[in-house]
Amino acid sequence: MTPGQAFWAGLKIGAPFVLVVAPFGAVFGVVATEAGLDIVQTLVFSIAVIAGAAQLTAVELMVQDAPTLIVLLTALAVNLRMAMYSASLAPHLGAAPVWQRALMSYLMVDQAYAIGVQQFEQHPDMPVGAKVGYFFGAVILLCPTWYLATLAGALLGTAIPPSLPVGFAVPIAFLALIGPMLRTLAHMVAAFVSVVGALIFAFVPYNLGLMIAAILAMGAGALVELWLIRRGRWS
Amino acid sequence: MSQQSQGTIWLVIAGLGIGSFLLRFSFLGLIGKRQLPGWALRLLRYTPVAVIPGLMAPQIFLPADGSTLPDPIKLAAAAITVAVGVWSRNVIAAMAAGVSALAVLIWLFQS
Repeated sequence: MTPGQAFWAGLKIGAPFVLVVAPFGAVFGVVATEAGLDIVQTLVFSIAVIAGAAQLTAVELMVQDAPTLIVLLTALAVNLRMAMYSASLAPHLGAAPVWQRALMSYLMVDQAYAIGVQQFEQHPDMPVGAKVGYFFGAVILLCPTWYLATLAGALLGTAIPPSLPVGFAVPIAFLALIGPMLRTLAHMVAAFVSVVGALIFAFVPYNLGLMIAAILAMGAGALVELWLIRRGRWS
Repeated sequence: MSQQSQGTIWLVIAGLGIGSFLLRFSFLGLIGKRQLPGWALRLLRYTPVAVIPGLMAPQIFLPADGSTLPDPIKLAAAAITVAVGVWSRNVIAAMAAGVSALAVLIWLFQS
């Protein structure tokens, strides 16, 4: 497979995900402008970060007037999974030139990772150039869609009259992200500990209660996973 | 966002942009082919489900100012969103279900 052929193959797999990325980008645009960001800030946010859940987390904590350091740490915690993606793709893409690896890192969204790793594990013998082509093909439509959908959402958000309460749309957008992630008992236990911990530690200042709850929840998820492995119930 | 100045907003955007890039570039760019230890991968797997539910929990489960009980309409809309997400594995379907449920419940009980 030449890099060109691989690019088109990736494009074909990635294209349908435009339909997933566009509405979510629009939701971020609406939420961010409702929270008080202007259109330029909202668009630059999406171009700089390209990670919906982390962007929504940051906006939500800014609305709660959390200290800036806490906003950054909590939103970056949501993005920690990106380091896992990076580690998992390194054996496949590590031999590419550094500028290509940097560009792929910038474009590493959930869907691009999922499409890429699935292909590379099935065809580990693809030349590295073809793997790079496949990755770029998969993501080439998704990121511009993310920017444009954010812009559309921001324009819509500034047009919604402030009297209309869209506040509870934020929890709904987040919960919609969480539902499909609850694939195993370990993920469900982690989510449960996170909720209970956040409510118990709500009194801790600087929104640090959420960090405490998140650390406990990660530990709980990992422990349940180990327990399931020991019982032979982990796939 | 009463106390957030324009400078703070740009600081968050820049910090989150740079930080996210470094997380994505970490192994691919700097560390190379070395694998993360198993315990680290096991903890990282749970970061989104460990952070996001807790972030939303106070808005869903704690009473609003001036009331003693959580809002049943919000609780119901939240439950429907999660249930549809778990069942359909589809983020957009879950969002649509949650927003529709919220609109219908508000229309039924608050008008």
